[in-house]
Amino acid sequence: MTAGVLGALIPGVPLLLGLGGLTLRASDDQGDPAPRRSAATLGIAGAAISLAVTLALLIFASTPIDANRRWVTIGGIDVTLGISVGDAALYIAVAVCVVALFVQIYSVAYLHDDPRYAPYAAQVSLFTGAMLLVVTSGDLIGMLVGWEVMGACSYLLIGHDRRLPEAPAAAVKAFLVTRVGDVGFLLGVALLIVETGTSRISVALAHHYSTATLTAALLLLLAGVAGKSAQFPLHTWLPDAMAGPTPISALIHAATMVAAGVYVVFRMYPLYEQSAAALAVLGVIASITILLGALSATAQDDMKRVLAWSTVSQIGYMTGALAVGSPAAALFHLLTHAAFKALLFLAAGAVIHVVGTNYLSRMGGLREHMPITFWSFVIGLGALAGLPPLSGFWSKENILTAALHATDGGGPAPVWVGWVVWLSALFAVAITAWYATRLLLCAFFGVSREHGPDGPDWEIGFDDARYTRPRTPHDPPAAMRWPIMLLAVPAALLGLVAYAPGFRSALELEEPHLSAAIVLPLVLLALGAGAAWWLWREAPGEDPAVALGPARPFLAAGFRLDAVQQTLVVRPVRALAGLVTATDERVVDATVEGTGVAATRLGGLLTAAHRFALPGAAVLVLGGALVLTLWFGAAS
Amino acid sequence: MTVYQVMLVATVALPAAGAGALAVLPARHAKILATAVAAVTLVPIVVLAFAHHSSSSYASLSPALSPWADYDVSWVPALHLDFHLGVDGVSYPLVALTGLLTLLCCAYTMWKVPPGGSARTLLALLLVLEAGILGTFLALDLVLFFLFFEVVLLPMYAVIAGWGGEERRKAARKFVLYTLFGSVLLLLGVITVAVTAGTGNLITLTGGHGLGRNTQYAAFALFAVAFAVKAPLWPLHTWLPDAHTQAPTVGSVILAGVLLKMGTYGLIRVGVGVAPLGAHWAAPVLGILAAAAILAGALICLRQTELKRLIAYSSVGHMGFVLLGIATLTATGLQAALIGNVAHGLITGLLFFLAGAIKDRAHTGELADLGGLRETAPRLAGILGFAAIASLGLPGLAGFWGEAFAVVAAVQRGGGLWTTLAVLAAIGGALTAAYFLRLLRKVTHGPVGTPVPAGIAGAEWFAWSPLVALTLAVGLVPALVLVATDAPVLALTGAIR
Repeated sequence: MTAGVLGALIPGVPLLLGLGGLTLRASDDQGDPAPRRSAATLGIAGAAISLAVTLALLIFASTPIDANRRWVTIGGIDVTLGISVGDAALYIAVAVCVVALFVQIYSVAYLHDDPRYAPYAAQVSLFTGAMLLVVTSGDLIGMLVGWEVMGACSYLLIGHDRRLPEAPAAAVKAFLVTRVGDVGFLLGVALLIVETGTSRISVALAHHYSTATLTAALLLLLAGVAGKSAQFPLHTWLPDAMAGPTPISALIHAATMVAAGVYVVFRMYPLYEQSAAALAVLGVIASITILLGALSATAQDDMKRVLAWSTVSQIGYMTGALAVGSPAAALFHLLTHAAFKALLFLAAGAVIHVVGTNYLSRMGGLREHMPITFWSFVIGLGALAGLPPLSGFWSKENILTAALHATDGGGPAPVWVGWVVWLSALFAVAITAWYATRLLLCAFFGVSREHGPDGPDWEIGFDDARYTRPRTPHDPPAAMRWPIMLLAVPAALLGLVAYAPGFRSALELEEPHLSAAIVLPLVLLALGAGAAWWLWREAPGEDPAVALGPARPFLAAGFRLDAVQQTLVVRPVRALAGLVTATDERVVDATVEGTGVAATRLGGLLTAAHRFALPGAAVLVLGGALVLTLWFGAAS
Repeated sequence: MTVYQVMLVATVALPAAGAGALAVLPARHAKILATAVAAVTLVPIVVLAFAHHSSSSYASLSPALSPWADYDVSWVPALHLDFHLGVDGVSYPLVALTGLLTLLCCAYTMWKVPPGGSARTLLALLLVLEAGILGTFLALDLVLFFLFFEVVLLPMYAVIAGWGGEERRKAARKFVLYTLFGSVLLLLGVITVAVTAGTGNLITLTGGHGLGRNTQYAAFALFAVAFAVKAPLWPLHTWLPDAHTQAPTVGSVILAGVLLKMGTYGLIRVGVGVAPLGAHWAAPVLGILAAAAILAGALICLRQTELKRLIAYSSVGHMGFVLLGIATLTATGLQAALIGNVAHGLITGLLFFLAGAIKDRAHTGELADLGGLRETAPRLAGILGFAAIASLGLPGLAGFWGEAFAVVAAVQRGGGLWTTLAVLAAIGGALTAAYFLRLLRKVTHGPVGTPVPAGIAGAEWFAWSPLVALTLAVGLVPALVLVATDAPVLALTGAIR
C-alpha cells in the first residue's frame, strides 16, 4: 500500500502545487520579486519531488505497483482511484519529470520579465501532473481526467503570450481539435466501461469482448489518440501551437500531450493486439503522418515550425511502431524523442531569445557566437535524423526493423501494414536528414542575415548616417544553458541503454542487432543530408528549400489541410449554428410570441364584440329579461 | 415530533417567516436580517444531513421511496392534500444547494442592490423564493408539491420585473405566462393522479402503484411537458434567454442555479416516480429532444453576442445532458442527472455572478465590446476561465460527471437510437467547448475593449469562493452528491422493469 501511496504522489504533488500556485498573486508591480520566487519554487519543487519519487520507486520498489480504492459508483459502474505502474510507465514518468523540471528552470530565465509568470508556472505544474496522471492511472476515468486537464492546460499555456495576436486563436485551435478527437475517446471509454461494469484498466484489458465492440471501442479511442498525438487528420493544431512560449513547446512536444496518445495505445496494447482492423487504421494514419510531417517540415521558414512538423513526423514513427506490433520500439522512440526534442526546443528558445525572431531567413552565422547552442543543435538534429551513435539512431532503427519484421507476417498486424509503414518510415529518413541539415545550415552557418539579404544596412537619421552593428549573439544565461547542456547527454547517449539489460527487459525491447538492414537507412540519411549540403555549397547563403520550387508554398502550408479543415468542418458548423439560431428565433420563439399576440388579438375581438352603445345594450338587456320571463313563465 | 421533523418544518418555515418579518420590520435592518435568516436556514439543512444515518435501519420497509425523515399532517383531506415533508438522497443535494445559493445571493445583495426597487423587497422576495423552492424539493405530497411549485412563480416574476434590465417587463411576462402554461398541465396531471389513486402521498404513489397503464401514460405526458417547460427542454425553452438576460444578477443565479432544477427534480421524483410505465413509453422522445437540446443549445451559443444571453443558452445544453440522463431510465443515467443538476447549479450560478460582475464594471455585456480582461482584471479573468472550463465539462471538475455519465448511460442503454444519441451528446460536448473558448477568447484574450476595474469586493469573494471550492470538491469527490442516491435510484429504475 505504501508503494501505492507513493505512486499517487507522482501525479498528485505537481497537481496540488499547481493548484496552489494558481492562487498566488500575480506580480502586478515590477518591484516585488516575492510572488515570482514562490511561484518558481512551487513549480520546480513539483517536478523535482515527482522525479525523486519516481526514481525511488524505480530503484527500490518491486513493480508493477497496483493499488486502487473506490472513488464513486454510478449506477453500478465502479470508478476507482487507481495507480498502476510497471517499469515502462516509470521510465516514461522519469522522462516527463526530467523534461518538466528543466522546462521549469529554463522558464525562470526565459520569462524573467513576464508579469504573468506565476500562473504560467502553476499551469506548467498542472500540465505535468496531468500527464503523470495519464501515465500512472490504473483507471480509465482517471486517465481521462489527466487527458483532458492536459488539453485545458495546453490551451492556457499556448495562449499565454499577450504580444502575439495569433496566440489566442492557436490556443483555441489546440483545445478544440483535440477535443474533437476526445469525442471519440469518451465514447470509446464509455463502451469499454459499459462492457466491463468498471473503469479499472486491468479489468478492461482482461475482459473478453465481441469483435465488433472491441474494434469500435479501439477505433474510437484512436480518434482521441490522433487528436492528442497530432496524427493525421487531427494534427493541424500542433504547428499553430508554436505561438506558445518556447519552453511550452518543449513540454508539449517532448514529454506531455503528444506523448500521451502514444502512451495510451501502449497501455491498451493487449486489446489492440486483438484487433487487426484497429492496427491497420493506425498504420495508415501513421504512414500518412510520417510523410506529411516530414515533407511539411522541409519548407518552413519558422524554426519552431520546422521542429513542430518534425514532431508530427516522429510521433508518426511511434504510432507506426505500435501499428506493426512493436510497442517496445514505440516507447523507446518516445523516450529518445523526449530527450532530443526537448533539447532542440530549449536550444531553439536560446536562439530566439538572442536573435529576436523565429525566422530562419533572418538568422545565419550563429555558430561562432553561440557554440553551446550550436553543438546542442548538432546533437539534437543528429539524433532527430538518426545519425549513429546518437539516441535517435537506435530507436528509429528499432522501428524500421520491427516494420520490416512485420512484412514477414505472423504479427498482430496485417502484412501490408508492415510494408506501408516500413516504406514511409524509410523514405522519411532521407527527408528528415535533409531538413535537419537545412535547419542547421540556415541558422548557424554562413553570414548573419539579421539585417536582410544585403548584409548590415544603414540607418537613416538626422545626423550623419549611422551604422547599426548587428547585435552580437551569445549563449543564454545559466538557468537556460544548464538545462540545454544536461539534456544533450541523454539526447546523445540514451540510445546506448538499449544495451542495458534492465532497461531492455522493462520495455521488453529486443536486443539491438546491427545487421545489413541498417545500411539502407544510413544510405538514405547520407543522401538526404548530402543533398541539402550540396545545395548550400552550390549557392552559399541561399536557403536549400528554394530547390523545392513551386511545391514550396504548398508544403509550407502543410498540404493546405488547414484550408480543408476550414471548408469541411469550421464553415459548415458556423453555417449550421446560424441556421439553428435563426430557426430558434424565427420559428420556435416566433410560435410562442405568436401565441401570445394571437391571444391578445382574440381578446381584442371579443372585447370589441361586447362593446355596444347604451341604447343597443339596454334593448339587449331588456330583450333578455323578456325572453327569460317568457321562458320561466311558460315553464311554471 | 423528532428533531428531524422539527428541522424539516424549520427548513421551509424559517425563510417564510423571515420574509414576513422583513415586511414588518424597518427597512434599515433588512439586509442584515435577510442574510441572517438565510444563514440560519442552513442550520436545519445541515442537521438534516445526519438524518441519513439514523434512517438507514428501516430503509428497507418502503422500497420505492424511503425518506430519511418525514413529517406528515393532514391538511385538506378532500383534496388529498397533506402537509407532508421529507428528505432523501435525491432531494438533499438540491436542498443544500438552494440554501447555499440563497445565502450567497442575500450576502451579495448586502453589498450591491440592483437598481429598480428597494433592497428590502428584493430580499423578502428572495426568501419567499427560497421557501417555495425548498418546499418543492421537500414535499412528499403531490398536491403540496404543486402548491410549492406555484409559490415560486410570482416572486420570480417580481424579481425580474422589478430589478431587471431594460426589457424586464416583457421578459418577466413571458416567463410567467410560459411557466403558468406548464403549471396548468402539471395541475391536470396532479389531479389526474390524485383522483385516480385516491391519494397524493408520494411514498405510496412512487413505483406507479394504483395507476393503470393508460393513466400513467397520460399523467407522464402531462408531467413531462410541464417539467420540460421548467427545465427547460428544447423546444420549450424560449422564455429562458429573455428571463436570464433581463433578470438582475441574483435573480439569474437563483433562476439558473435552482429554479430550473425544480423541473428536472420533478421529472425524476414525480414523472418517473409516479408514472414509471409512462416514462418508459415516452423515454425515446424525451431522449431525442434532450439530444436536440444539447446540440441546439451549443450551436445557438456559438452565435450569441451577449454575455448573459450566451450563458443562458448554455443552460439549455447543460440541462439537455441532465434530461438525457433521465431519459435513459438507467441507474447510471439518473445518478448522472442528479450530479449534473448540482454541478450546473454551482457552475452556472458562478458564471452568472461573474457575468453580472463584468457587466456592472464594463457597463456592457456585448462580447464585441469586451476583451483583454486578463490584462485589466487578471483575477476576475482567472475565475471566469475556471468557471468556463468547469462548465465545458473538464474532468476533475463538477461538470464532468453528469455529462460524461449521461453519455455512458446512453451507451449502456444500447441499440441504434440510444447509441446515436450518445454520439450526438458527445459531439455536443465538443461544441460546448467551442462556444466557451469563443467566449473566453472574446472576453479575456485580445486587446482591451472596455477597461474593467481590477478590484474584487469582499462580498464578491464571499459569494464566489464557495462556488469555486464546491465545483472543485464535487469534481474530485462526486460521492458528496451521490453518496445516498444508490438506493432511491435503484428503486426508481427497479419499478420500470
